[in-house]
Amino acid sequence: MSKIVYIILAVIVVTVAVVAIVFLNSGTDKTDFHYEASNTKLDELHSFISRDPIPGDALATATISEPINLIPAISSDSASHDVTSYIYNGLVKYNKNLELVGDLASSWEISDDKKEITFHLRKDVKWHDGKPFTAKDVEFTYRFMIDNLTPTSYDADFRLVDSFEVIDNYTVKVRYKTLFSPALNSWGIWMMPQHLLDGKLVTQSALQRNPIGTGPYKLLSWSEGDSIHLAVNEDYFESKPFLERIIFRVIPDTATSFLELLNGSIDTMSLSAMQATKQTDMKRYKENYNTYSYLDSSYTYVGFNLRRAPFDNQTLRKALSYATPKKDIITGILFDRAEESTGPYKTDTIWYNKNVERYDYNPEKAKALLKELGYEDSDNDGFLDKKGKKFEFEILINQGNKVRSQIAEILQRAYKDIGIDVTIRVVEWSTFLSENINKGRFSVIVMGWNIVQDPDLFDVWHSSRCDGNGLNFICYKNDEVDKLLIEGRETYDVAQRQVIYNKIQELIADDAPYIFLYTPYANIALNKRFKNIEPAPAGLKHNLINWYVRKLEQKYYFKQ
Amino acid sequence: MLKYIIKRLISMFPILIGITIISFFVMHLAPGDTVTIQQSLNPKYSETAREKFVKMYNLDQPIYKQYLIWLKKFATLDFGDSFSSDGRKVIDKIGDRLPITLGLNIISMILIFIIALPLGVLSAYYRNSIFDKTVTIIVFIGFAIPMFWLALMCMYFFGIVLGWLPISGLTSYNFDSLTLTGKIADVIKHITLPIAITVFGGIASISRFGRTSTLEVLGQDYIMSARARGVSEKTILFRYALKNAMLPIVTILGLSIPGLIGSSVIFESVFSIPGMGQLFYQSVMMRDYPTVMGILVIGSLLTLIGNLIADIAYAYIDPRIRYS
Repeated sequence: MSKIVYIILAVIVVTVAVVAIVFLNSGTDKTDFHYEASNTKLDELHSFISRDPIPGDALATATISEPINLIPAISSDSASHDVTSYIYNGLVKYNKNLELVGDLASSWEISDDKKEITFHLRKDVKWHDGKPFTAKDVEFTYRFMIDNLTPTSYDADFRLVDSFEVIDNYTVKVRYKTLFSPALNSWGIWMMPQHLLDGKLVTQSALQRNPIGTGPYKLLSWSEGDSIHLAVNEDYFESKPFLERIIFRVIPDTATSFLELLNGSIDTMSLSAMQATKQTDMKRYKENYNTYSYLDSSYTYVGFNLRRAPFDNQTLRKALSYATPKKDIITGILFDRAEESTGPYKTDTIWYNKNVERYDYNPEKAKALLKELGYEDSDNDGFLDKKGKKFEFEILINQGNKVRSQIAEILQRAYKDIGIDVTIRVVEWSTFLSENINKGRFSVIVMGWNIVQDPDLFDVWHSSRCDGNGLNFICYKNDEVDKLLIEGRETYDVAQRQVIYNKIQELIADDAPYIFLYTPYANIALNKRFKNIEPAPAGLKHNLINWYVRKLEQKYYFKQ
Repeated sequence: MLKYIIKRLISMFPILIGITIISFFVMHLAPGDTVTIQQSLNPKYSETAREKFVKMYNLDQPIYKQYLIWLKKFATLDFGDSFSSDGRKVIDKIGDRLPITLGLNIISMILIFIIALPLGVLSAYYRNSIFDKTVTIIVFIGFAIPMFWLALMCMYFFGIVLGWLPISGLTSYNFDSLTLTGKIADVIKHITLPIAITVFGGIASISRFGRTSTLEVLGQDYIMSARARGVSEKTILFRYALKNAMLPIVTILGLSIPGLIGSSVIFESVFSIPGMGQLFYQSVMMRDYPTVMGILVIGSLLTLIGNLIADIAYAYIDPRIRYS
């Protein structure tokens, strides 16, 4: 070969060498991530050995997309709410056992007619800019939520308020037009600073990117599309958190997040069932991470369009429920990282009623029920038919959810075993919502719901929510359930509500409008250096302000 | 020449308007809308909110009116505000991200040309030799491997097993506290993998083009006569053959700009690079019409300019085009 080849080879070698030199000169090795060098003094020595919680270090976590707006009332994406959960507080919150307790309110009273709530506020709370938090801020937040110029989606609960009264600097009184027990938890809404927002157009407020709240952390920096850094709020009213910073890195791809976790660049992430069971069985993971599991607040179900024949038939829905192999779905798709569900509540909460009709896999029973309805394989083609028409239907799912498409495939197979011909159609999310769900153009769907803390099920199950864009898009109608749903909304007493919602679960299970499939486990990977972790029904982060890292294990240092 | 350029520049306007009309209407043909997606089956979403947002975004107007509203703003170079809840100016959103995507793609493009052209020319010159065959095999492997898979494998190998390179992102956490050289080194470290993989995947087409067009030129009469006159092989290849072989490649360059933005989507997700591809994908999924339109207009503008530059370069290289 001629000289040219050698010249090119030489150019390549030189380029590689230059790049290598740049790398070596940069001199930082992988473990050297700290912002500032640690400056240990002798008198700090005791903290090395001490097991008492000490301040320092940071928690780095991944978010799948960039937060859009850090005024939580006007953002609807989960990434924004993840970040703002550290920055803002409400008057009330759910504790680790998902019981409603005071947050910015120290106590509250409910009047005898149950239509009036009086909140007593904490007097030791300051906004991040040092101004005190008072009843004026609560009043402003209420007016802000019902203001038509506020582009918020969460105003419904506040429009039910009849009157709002500031009694004194630290007491407010809210009166409702009708009895409405979910009202109390609606005051978990993020309190907004009156002195910064009053009289200004929120859509132009600087707070959208530089939030001022009352929470344990405040915004330190935000670099577009890359990361968000939160710094500890020294004056946090509960107690100053030990971890100095919270870092959110925007990583859209979960496979990449997992590699960043193994690499140590992020400390925690939520693992998929596949990652939690099949990809964490390696030394590198086991040495550095713990996996915490708790029941996630969601369930996945198969829904029938009750407006359409033959799904308007209760016996047919029961037959399909019996023909559904829930165990295969949980084992095969979720690697046993889920619990079978029988209703719309988490199995570890007080609202769950286990004494409802269960539909354990029983294809023979399913066939028998279908035979009762007149479905038989009269032409011997392997599929059931009735009046000369083959029994077939379509399962509709949204694109981009692998678990749901796998469920649809298992159902297709299982229903074929009892002689039903099922096809699967996948539709892009936005189209799925506007063309299929909202217009009622579907037969059978596989979907999921988040389970909120208040047991109120009105929006999903009340017959009035079947029209328009209501969430009862399968159009479930049961007069008794309707009545109980309203009763449940008007009852504050937990024991009484339990009775009501237990009955509702029994009625729904008997009607079988959904096949309740499972509630998945959340699998949280967390670096072992974090101490004081306390898994609870509410998850892990309920006591984040108490997390700490021992001096020797601290990874990031910050200049004071 | 100047007249030619001015003529081309003026003819760009009707094309651009045409593109905006088609884009706008096609975009609205896709079912679903911003408000439905924001609502996303959230039980807390109030009844009145939907109406409020539909009005706010002018979605209650007929489509042609929505287009006219958009066009009127566009005439004053205002791309409007994004529909996503940050409500930021579209131009700011794009401005944050365009330099990253453009920068990375230009670097990769230059590297692809530096590597692929000599490879192509040499494989043509030494055609059917072991060198040619090896290059062909390697180049086709690069062409055939799914890039996201290769990216994940390389991230695992270089980022975790060897620990040489960071896995994703553009900068480290401590970026702000680094010195200038440290910052440069940090960025170089972060972009090495994404660029190396883009280049590996992009070499195939350019080097194949280079090979084919060189082969074609080498077979022509004037090369044979140059050989007959005893001109050295080096001069033949680089002075006579290369210039003509370059012609089709210039065209490819001009046409590759829309592809750059399109192919960035998967790439920027895997490597979590905050670029245009990511923004475009999210905007389409969210039906954020102003942002989608903004990106389409800027993308088509870049394509038109790219074509213009290619044509000018073409005219410069090939006199036959200049005078016709």
